[in-house]
Amino acid sequence: MNTEAIVNLLYRVADDALIIAHRHSEWTGLGPILEEDIAFSSIAQDKLGHAQALYAIMHEHFAQPEPDQAAFMRNAAAMRCCHFVELPNGEYDFSLVRHFLFDAAEMFRYHAFTDSSFEPLAKLSRKVIGEIKYHLYHAQTWMVQLGAQGNEVSRARMQSALNEAWPYALGIFEPGPFESALIADGVFIGEEALKEQWLTFVTDVCRDANLTIPSDVEPVYGGRNGYHTEHLQPLLDEMTEVFRIDPTAEW
Amino acid sequence: MATIISLDPRVTRLQLDSETPDSLEPKPELDQLQTYEVFHQQKSGARHIHVGSLHAPSRELALLLAKEQYGRRGQTYNLWVVNTADIFTMRSDDADVFATTPEKKYRDVAAYMVRNKVEAFKKEQQTGGTGA
Repeated sequence: MNTEAIVNLLYRVADDALIIAHRHSEWTGLGPILEEDIAFSSIAQDKLGHAQALYAIMHEHFAQPEPDQAAFMRNAAAMRCCHFVELPNGEYDFSLVRHFLFDAAEMFRYHAFTDSSFEPLAKLSRKVIGEIKYHLYHAQTWMVQLGAQGNEVSRARMQSALNEAWPYALGIFEPGPFESALIADGVFIGEEALKEQWLTFVTDVCRDANLTIPSDVEPVYGGRNGYHTEHLQPLLDEMTEVFRIDPTAEW
Repeated sequence: MATIISLDPRVTRLQLDSETPDSLEPKPELDQLQTYEVFHQQKSGARHIHVGSLHAPSRELALLLAKEQYGRRGQTYNLWVVNTADIFTMRSDDADVFATTPEKKYRDVAAYMVRNKVEAFKKEQQTGGTGA
């Protein structure tokens, strides 16, 4: 198996989870209602757990840094997350639409991982897929609630958030440099195949939610190669501020 | 107009006015949400136990939010949510219909004195009672 290809894939997935976890956690205490605040914060914690587990696999099998070091000691240029997860939360409509589009991709991604020839990844995926299924139910139900069952204001807000999110959502599937090796080795089905599955699903849910997917949109790429939005470095500075005071401290 | 400076950088970033505008009017309670009662089931086949309530705009969301409110700690097999308005119950000033129940010992298992009879029967069996 191509080790470099697997490490590259795992950093992309782990960094996405780490950064979306931080963005979601920024809602903690500020959520629209208590119940939703708790649910969204809990989802953020799950995402952090997924990132931690992926960094741990890389540490154990490929001599990468320990999870805390991997998460907190890399600058923006070393991160492999997509632009979508870096964007500020905006209002709750945007956060929900991003949560939906991202978790739909996560659902199909981890589902594909359950058949991965890289056994540690397959094992992890079988363990966490229930969590991701819940994340997607949560997001999808809000999409339909606010799109089709809310009022004109809620529908307009969701549509506007969807328009804003869409080019970045397509950027989730920016191909990595080792797509063909990953596919040939049976590690992963590849970003293109994943995008096809995602698009079919997301199209169905948006129809149920009475929302229109923007057409002729170019994906926003760059994150998988270390080119990021101006929002990522400030996020990393804030996220790692305490850790960097003493990176060797025992917590 | 001054903006709120907080120790929490998220709050500072919101650039909130430090003065509450006079035009803010409280919304009517539950104008968009309903109350749901949550019943938690620990294992397959176990009874569902009432654990609390929550607010949600639909029963679908009530179930999803209940999962995090009441199912994220400890073991959970399933949950029920029931719209509080659908629960049919006694009026609180009718509680006196239950008032005399504790006095009716004859409705209480402990009030039946059968042990003597059972023991007498067992003794009879052991000593080879003749029977009819």
